Amino acid sequence: MKDMMRGADIVVRSLIAEQAELIFGYPGGAIMPVYDALYDYHEQIKHVLTRHEQGAIHAAQGYARVSGKVGVCLATSGPGATNLITGLADAQIDSTPLVCITGQVAAHLLGTDAFQETDVVGISMPGTKWNIQVRRVEDIAPAIAKGFYIARSGRPGPVLIDITKNAQVDFGEFNYVPCLGFRSYKTHHPIDQSAIKEAAELINQAERPYLLFGQGVVLGKAETELKFFLDKSGIPAASTLLGSGALSEDHPNFVGKLGMHGNYAPNLLTNQCDVLIAVGMRFDDRVTGDLKRYAKQAKVIHLELDPAEINKNVKTTVAVQGDCRESLAMLTEAITAKKHEAWMGKFRELEQQEKAAVVQHDLTPTKVGLTMGEVIHQINQYKADDAVLVTDVGQHQMIAWRYFHYKKPRTQVTSGGLGTMGFALPAALGAQMYDYSRQVICVVGDGGIQMTIQELGTIMQTKAPVKIVLLNNNYLGMVRQWQQLFFDKRYSFTELDNPEFVKIAEAYHIKSQKVTERQDLQEAIEDMLIHDGPFFLEVVVEKEDNVFPMIATGCSVEEVRLS
Amino acid sequence: MKRYTIFVITENFIGILNRITIIFTRRGINIDALTASESRIPGIHRITIEVTVNEDTVIQLVNQIEKIIDVIKAFYHEDEGVVYQEIALYKIPVSRLDGGLEKIIRQHNAKIIAAEPDFVVLELTGHKEQTQELLEILKGYGLLEFARSGRVAVAKRMLTIESFIK
Repeated sequence: MKDMMRGADIVVRSLIAEQAELIFGYPGGAIMPVYDALYDYHEQIKHVLTRHEQGAIHAAQGYARVSGKVGVCLATSGPGATNLITGLADAQIDSTPLVCITGQVAAHLLGTDAFQETDVVGISMPGTKWNIQVRRVEDIAPAIAKGFYIARSGRPGPVLIDITKNAQVDFGEFNYVPCLGFRSYKTHHPIDQSAIKEAAELINQAERPYLLFGQGVVLGKAETELKFFLDKSGIPAASTLLGSGALSEDHPNFVGKLGMHGNYAPNLLTNQCDVLIAVGMRFDDRVTGDLKRYAKQAKVIHLELDPAEINKNVKTTVAVQGDCRESLAMLTEAITAKKHEAWMGKFRELEQQEKAAVVQHDLTPTKVGLTMGEVIHQINQYKADDAVLVTDVGQHQMIAWRYFHYKKPRTQVTSGGLGTMGFALPAALGAQMYDYSRQVICVVGDGGIQMTIQELGTIMQTKAPVKIVLLNNNYLGMVRQWQQLFFDKRYSFTELDNPEFVKIAEAYHIKSQKVTERQDLQEAIEDMLIHDGPFFLEVVVEKEDNVFPMIATGCSVEEVRLS
Repeated sequence: MKRYTIFVITENFIGILNRITIIFTRRGINIDALTASESRIPGIHRITIEVTVNEDTVIQLVNQIEKIIDVIKAFYHEDEGVVYQEIALYKIPVSRLDGGLEKIIRQHNAKIIAAEPDFVVLELTGHKEQTQELLEILKGYGLLEFARSGRVAVAKRMLTIESFIK
């Protein structure tokens, strides 16, 4: 005999059936039946009440990024749902698996401008991998099953399920059937053997091969396959922003990071390699700079799951479509073992130039003001190998990424594609909620933190032991840097009069400290990392420091500048 | 730039047309014409989109359309690869209907499909160039209204929907 229950109970039971352990959300009228049901299931599924729906979705993203599971969030109709949009767009462009459930006005009111009615399916369409409105109780469980399957399979992404209030209160049968696939959506593409053969030939003949890896390696759980490929091929490898962590930075083939504020050698030498192997990355404009002058000399091999990414920005010589975990293993088999010492030497040579021109200033400055780089440098000394670094967007993000020592997969959480300020604090909370025992370090700027600072309340309530490092330069630093370099130092609306941040943290009963002098930095970081509980560390840094190297907009990767 | 016909085979899912058109809107590409209908297989719809772009762009459009979860298959053809027709209707005042106009109707293989006390409606099926030619002529005959459908087309290539839903 099948169970009869309210639609709201079906929602919660379906989430439990999908092994969701944690929901981030915010209640309201149209989702109240689901919240009522949650009251009964609090032992099977935990709910975290954030202070804003944007906080809920970024927390779900942080949770998903470190766990590899589907992040779940819950919001009401109208403003609750529209507050999710930034997070959806962020998750869409960064391929983060999410299932967001929104309440909706009762079906008979749809289209009538009812209270808190908004066309969330319409609004969220460009920012979701898939979305659906459910108007009948019997459609709830199948929609959730399909939603989870779509969110986590193939190239992951966010799903939104909008459930009308009548469907939540009506009674229906609960018989959960997980989704295992359907005809319009193919997730597995067999690897083309001839493409592997062609790619292997190119690699075997190459004199200066170069590999770029992105988040696709992490999403495809291909970290080991990447390492084996590099061990055998001897090819230098650089990571994109979101690829960081896929390969330990201690690996001898690792040569650094790509992109507008990446490392000198990896950018410059892109235009000197003869074969470019791109794995699970999409040639974002922040990586390529001017496409017309990007790797034109090279034969390009692209290992990529999503066919829409192949030939989108960079034309490939050989496209290997499919799961890079499979294709990397096949490619490793097909190539001959080699070393590329002279070529690797070029990277190391340029690395020294970058050290002398940039790194030294950043990590061991001689001037009075603290640099963002030295803060990260100190964090590296005390952090655990598997510590997660969560960053916001701007100068601190680029500096933290440049200097943080990534050793393990899924230790990098940042808003890459969308560049969402306000992402870090809630995302760090979500990352920490997945595993309280793991170090989660949230590095954030004084601009970004004020976009979602209310989530300190959620950190207080959950006691999530997030270590928040605020790098405060009293500026919207990245915009100011651009104003300095490209807008004739016209600092238009980038200077901030800031509050006493540590007092705000203290008001939330979060242990806090403010550092303004170099001599106090090391101890403060040590104290923070050993503190049992959340910690808020404000470091006042140099007001007008810049992030280098840099590839200015419209420039080629070979025009990467050191100052 | 070239004229392409994009075929999209989809599940009958609410909002699918919106998801498809967003892909064009994002890139600022104008859809020349669009038609949608149920295919010969119940529950599966086919959408025909006519667009003037370069080949790189049409490939990317098709890839992104095919990425939509409920799209079964999308592909594109140049004009030579499809058999296609459009239908045009012309509303003319009865007062202008004379021997000269009747001759034009015959010459263009158009038909009178409705005759009302005040006007007649002519129908012509063909390619845009043909319906356009008649349009220009009929403007001299007090044309009251004109409507033209989007392209309906079938591919010359021998492929069946069944091969995509296996």
